[in-house]
Amino acid sequence: MNAVILAAQDPTLADFGKDPWWLVLGKIVFAFAFGLLATLLGVWFERRVVGRMAVRPGPNQVGPFGLLQTLADGLKMAFKEDILPRAADKVVFFFAPTISVISAVTALSVIPFGPKVSIFGHWTPLQVTDVSVAVLVILACSSMGVYGIVLGGWASGSTYPLLGGLRSSAQMISYEVAMGLSIVAVFMTAGTMSTSGIVAAQGDATQLSIGGFDLPAPGWYAILLLPSFIIFFIAMVGETNRAPFDLPEAESELVAGFMTEYSSLKFALFMLSEYVAMVTMSAVTTTLFLGGWRAPWPITLWSGANEGWWPMLWFFGKVILLVFVFVWLRGTLPRLRYDQFMRFGWKVLLPINLVWILVLAGLRSIEDWQTNDRLLATGIGAGVLLLATLFWPSKKKQPKPSPQEQADSRPYGSFPLPPMDLQVPPSPRTKRVVAEREPANVVAGSDSREV
Amino acid sequence: MTTQTVLAAAGEVTGGEEVTFWILAPLALIGALGMVWARNAVHSALWLVLTMLCLGVFYVLQAGPFIGMVQIIVYTGAIMMLFLFVLMLVGRDASDSLIETLRGQRVAAVVLGLGFAGLVGTGLYRALDGVRAAGLDQANAEGNVQGIARLLFTKYVFAFELTSALLITAAVGAMVLAHVERRKEDRMDQVATMKARFRPGNYPGPKPGPGVFATSSSVATPARLPDGRLTDRGIPEIMPVRDMTAEETALKGTDK
Repeated sequence: MNAVILAAQDPTLADFGKDPWWLVLGKIVFAFAFGLLATLLGVWFERRVVGRMAVRPGPNQVGPFGLLQTLADGLKMAFKEDILPRAADKVVFFFAPTISVISAVTALSVIPFGPKVSIFGHWTPLQVTDVSVAVLVILACSSMGVYGIVLGGWASGSTYPLLGGLRSSAQMISYEVAMGLSIVAVFMTAGTMSTSGIVAAQGDATQLSIGGFDLPAPGWYAILLLPSFIIFFIAMVGETNRAPFDLPEAESELVAGFMTEYSSLKFALFMLSEYVAMVTMSAVTTTLFLGGWRAPWPITLWSGANEGWWPMLWFFGKVILLVFVFVWLRGTLPRLRYDQFMRFGWKVLLPINLVWILVLAGLRSIEDWQTNDRLLATGIGAGVLLLATLFWPSKKKQPKPSPQEQADSRPYGSFPLPPMDLQVPPSPRTKRVVAEREPANVVAGSDSREV
Repeated sequence: MTTQTVLAAAGEVTGGEEVTFWILAPLALIGALGMVWARNAVHSALWLVLTMLCLGVFYVLQAGPFIGMVQIIVYTGAIMMLFLFVLMLVGRDASDSLIETLRGQRVAAVVLGLGFAGLVGTGLYRALDGVRAAGLDQANAEGNVQGIARLLFTKYVFAFELTSALLITAAVGAMVLAHVERRKEDRMDQVATMKARFRPGNYPGPKPGPGVFATSSSVATPARLPDGRLTDRGIPEIMPVRDMTAEETALKGTDK
């Protein structure tokens, strides 16, 4: 990768706003269709992957590999009865899901899908638009998305949705703080807020010379700003209301949270917005931390990796990978309790973030450092931190009394306990039943059409 | 030069800016009026959100993309959301009452408000007529965000820090007012709670449901424990204990 190629196809802010109207329309339609298709396939993907993790097939009947299952579900949803609760605030009830969808889809407009390509003779970046504050546009969209959920919960006029809506507003505002702070590190390193600029800034790798060898150090912010990346990802899961942070719609506590009273297409819209938000946020993470449309390391050895339409492939690959992580989290982690969740956001993520930004600003303000010195300082600091965590004295454990000692030390009159060595004598009939039973010897048939 | 600075370069009003303004300005006004007129407090807040969103777009149009986005994120996204939060807790039927406590105050308010708006409007119009924006390009020379950051962290850093101190004071004050200090001994973890539950003198099981083992399904009937004794534990404390009359205990004659 040399500087000439970078200059040729890395879009800058000056490249935007020059497209003919049909190209702008085409890009918008593409971004919108990407959101919808991502939902269609995302729901299927999630159900298949979670099914795989739960050792079951998942949807596999409608279409090849069950690919059309979501489409069938969507059609079914359209024909269901659209229930409007009597206590609902009709106008707000109607608008809430639309607000959710619009704000989720709008954020896609500043995502760079690829470098500059030639479309019918027009040399144009693969991005709907870019502004100097593009990342703030994304943040604004996600903060408007809260309105959809909160208003949906309030307008339903019943208790569970209201609780879900209130929970989500507190949750999303809290996690937006953590998210915004972790983006600050990206702004400081990249020196710009435009998404195309951030992707371009992750392209030029620092040259390290270790022992006479020139090694290109990774330029992705996921590696350079690892703490920010981790905090951003956690905050993002909280922001999109996905498990294990899906407290606004915790079905074991709130039925379905803010969407309890919704049915038919309005419910489908909420569903759509959730999945579009998941994909949008994955795309944002890719753009901010994973090098955007740039190819990962082994592919960059091929000089044409970051040219033409190929980068779109790398971009989608990274997005799908992140969506998989979302699904993986859902399949693995249990839901947090609400107070633990809020405590985690305010007392863990936020202070770590602030300290990290302070350290980063300190590192960056020392100007006359060589790259190697900076690397050394970072490495020593990280090493000391790691060792401190490793050898931090844990709380001294009391020797645990045995169960018999615990039972003996209970005061007189305590709740009666059965003896510790209690053995239930086997029923005299058990032996006969075992002896009489025929061994089960049924051959499993092929059950590919099993539902 | 970014798209935004192009739009408002050197104070000239481009076609796109004009179209956007004439679409959004009525919406902003409708939002403001709706906020005043809406009966429901939540509807009022929503109308205000509409106005704030329009204002955010206006800032962007006026070559201030950063302040525009911050308007949407901070004011619309966070502050109005907290407003809504409180309004929802108040209850969804908390509509304004229409009874005037001060006679004629509504008319007076309308007249004074219109007069004030007229005064400010004419004043601004006469003062700004023919004035051209100057220095916008210089201010945005190295980028809008960088320009704001330079001013904020050099010239206005004291005012900025004072404002943040004010906000912190308010937040800390609210926390001090709302915080209930508990002594360390009073705090019980899960193990301590369980130990207290099984301590002698405390019945660890659930309280017997009223009337479960009794002759009546009344809440006020004492429950019968498995050993045959009656217990008052299942009766809510506000319930008076009373005996059933003979009429109440007699068969109702519903079964043949």
